[in-house]
Amino acid sequence: MSDQRPESAGWFVDVDPGDLDAGAAAIYDRTAEHPRDWPAEAVRAGFAADEADYYDALHEATLAATREAVQERERSDDKQLTHAVRAMDDAERTANELAERLAEWAGTFDRDVPGGVDGAREVAAWTPETPAEERVVSLAERVVDLDDERAELRSFVESHAPDVAPNLAEMAGPVLAARLLSLAGGLESLAKKPAGTVQVLGAEDALFAHLRGRGSSPKHGVIFTHEYVRGTHPDQRGSAARAFAGKLAIAARIDYYSGEFKQSVHDDLTDRMATIREREVCQ
Amino acid sequence: MSSALPAGVERRRFDGRERLATRGDPVYGEPQDDEGWRAWDAGRSKLGAMLEIGMDLGIAGDDGVLYLGAASGTTVSHVADFAGPTYAVEFAPRPTRDLVGVAESRPNLFPLLKDAREPETYAHVVESDLDCLIQDVATRGQATVALRNREFLAPDGRLLAAFKARSEDVLSDPAEVFDDVLAELRAGYEILETQRLDRFHDDHLAVVAEPRPEGSE
Ligand SMILES: C[S@@+](CC[C@H](N)C(=O)[O-])C[C@H]1O[C@@H](n2cnc3c(N)ncnc32)[C@H](O)[C@@H]1O
Repeated sequence: MSDQRPESAGWFVDVDPGDLDAGAAAIYDRTAEHPRDWPAEAVRAGFAADEADYYDALHEATLAATREAVQERERSDDKQLTHAVRAMDDAERTANELAERLAEWAGTFDRDVPGGVDGAREVAAWTPETPAEERVVSLAERVVDLDDERAELRSFVESHAPDVAPNLAEMAGPVLAARLLSLAGGLESLAKKPAGTVQVLGAEDALFAHLRGRGSSPKHGVIFTHEYVRGTHPDQRGSAARAFAGKLAIAARIDYYSGEFKQSVHDDLTDRMATIREREVCQ
Repeated sequence: MSSALPAGVERRRFDGRERLATRGDPVYGEPQDDEGWRAWDAGRSKLGAMLEIGMDLGIAGDDGVLYLGAASGTTVSHVADFAGPTYAVEFAPRPTRDLVGVAESRPNLFPLLKDAREPETYAHVVESDLDCLIQDVATRGQATVALRNREFLAPDGRLLAAFKARSEDVLSDPAEVFDDVLAELRAGYEILETQRLDRFHDDHLAVVAEPRPEGSE
């Protein structure tokens, strides 16, 4: 049907005046070569009774359509964040692996080289004197570059996570927020996961082992890296992880469905954690 | 050189100082008086600054307007308070979310999440023969944006644009950047007036222009 519309047709053509969804879709899916006197055409076509009626319909349709388009764009931004945090982890892992290889090799030159990226930074500053040293220094430079890229990726994640998921980023910190989005496969699916699943995201290996009868049921996945869980006394860690995961699930839902920052969920969590940690003291 | 304000824009006293004002729901924490007027902050609005320094904008109350680079709606909210149908185009999602909120209480304001460099993506929504094309996109290729959107203007309509030198070229002298922008603009517009907005906005050139008749390019 859309093939038969003239090249410059108004958004309201073939749209039922009462059908807000169809109107909203037409505003974002269609195009036209040139503008025309749409209010007059809409009245002539019987879409609106008069121009005032047309503008009312246009107002309603643009509000609904643009609200939806904003959400959709922000949701696709969560994909960018997911790739960035995965690349950040890969860059870190690869830099560390190469740094170990480098430390081993550099050690053969009778110089004391610390391991890790710090060692690579030292080696990168050497003045090579033999062809072998040239290779070692060059390799060290790659490790340093890779580590710099990791830092850049991290600042990208830190500055974008609050745009994509303001409540989740506030609660978990931007990097953990991005990891949760990455593990869940995006904001939409994270928002649709129950708190119990959020609690063990990233612990899949441990969970499968448990289901196969090996090992105890995992109480926490990647959220273990957060101070709220790791910094709580082991006896209370399960409650802390449960409470934290519950609020993270709520934060993700708020981010997905409304996108507004909501101070009260953060205050609730602070209170809840204080209560859980008090229990330690009383024991 | 001082010219009449469009109907719906007045100078009113706020905290003992005369300021531009329009009537409508408050948007960005601006002062209001008991009669529902809200101050229009020329320091936060290039169009406000253009009115404040007395440029002849040739806009009238109830004009049809296309506004490019609406951001979160600071300026376009004032425009919608006095103008007729006002189409607001912005391409960044986060400010557009606020823009939608601003449009909720303004039935003549139509927010659109679109790229001003691609008018065909909104030409089926924005009507032709508008009285006024307002542009504040602060991005590279500002003159091209004005040229591409000329088709929305009536033959006697007005382009009111604020060009930011640093958006085109960070290193060059702003005066040279503005010369280049104006030269490009002349392909489709006749320039009626230009003013630097330095008193309110650094390195911005305000331009009032009229579309040239088709074919005289
Ligand atoms: C200086 S701000 C506008 C401020 C606004 N006019 C006001 O006074 O309230 C420039 C805006 O233009 C937007 N922008 C830049 N390039 C654009 C494009 N190609 N299409 C639409 N909007 C664009 C930016 O996202 C930004 O919000």
